[in-house]
Amino acid sequence: MVIECKHVWEHISEYLDGTLSPDVLDQVQKHLEHCEICSAILDSTRNILILTADERVFELPLGFSERLHARLEAEMRNIARE
Amino acid sequence: MTGVSEGRDEAQIIASILAGNTHEFHDLIRPYERSVYIMALSLLHNEADAEDAAQEAFLKAFRNLAHFRGEAKFSTWLISITLNEARSRLRSGKTMKMESLDEPPEGQDRVTPALLRDWREIPSEALERQEVRSLLQQAVTDLPLIYREVFLLRDVEELSVNESADALGITVASVKVRLHRARIMLQKKLVPQLKLVNPKRRWFPWS
Repeated sequence: MVIECKHVWEHISEYLDGTLSPDVLDQVQKHLEHCEICSAILDSTRNILILTADERVFELPLGFSERLHARLEAEMRNIARE
Repeated sequence: MTGVSEGRDEAQIIASILAGNTHEFHDLIRPYERSVYIMALSLLHNEADAEDAAQEAFLKAFRNLAHFRGEAKFSTWLISITLNEARSRLRSGKTMKMESLDEPPEGQDRVTPALLRDWREIPSEALERQEVRSLLQQAVTDLPLIYREVFLLRDVEELSVNESADALGITVASVKVRLHRARIMLQKKLVPQLKLVNPKRRWFPWS
């Protein structure tokens, strides 16, 4: 069965997660073999996910950890005194 | 997100903390500092508010540790506490920016990606540039809340679909739908921007 581009787009997320059922996966793969637009959409989405998952994109503020553990320490001492 | 996988497992550490070795709580939470902060930031949009909410979430987790039953993973429990803390701050208006906690209006059922014919891969080295990091941060920040939460849990913090559903208190099916839309929305927004970033700098060492 041949599927259209817009139907392939609905499966991009599950395709990337590897959770498509074998028959849908087969249809999508066959489509990707000859459709450069859907292939480029898939490649760009995968690329964007790799970039946003990189630790450098969302970083902890400087000193976050020190301030957190100091506050925890104070809380623990308070509780111990009660 | 990586847990305490080596040596004693989390259940043993938690039992030990509850038995009085409270200092071990520091080690228990170390792997999750970034996740908790990022989830707080995703709702509150402001670093100072997010840090305060994150600290509060860790304190609540410490005070309520005896109520942690171990049915969910500790990390998932911690994230739910964080989301509750951040949401209650949004509701009480303690933060500057207000945002709806409801679903976005209808009419967004189908999200279409940005169409293109070829994609020149942006290598991770591009993230050395503040400009590129800012584009990515902004695109994620601009997602509607329900999509942003799912995206951060699943694709940034790398929770499983089931764990994301647990942390958010929504169904697995909802996680999948929201995640799909979030990813396509990001592709649509970022492709035109990243295409401009890439070819102009081909002479850079990472090209």
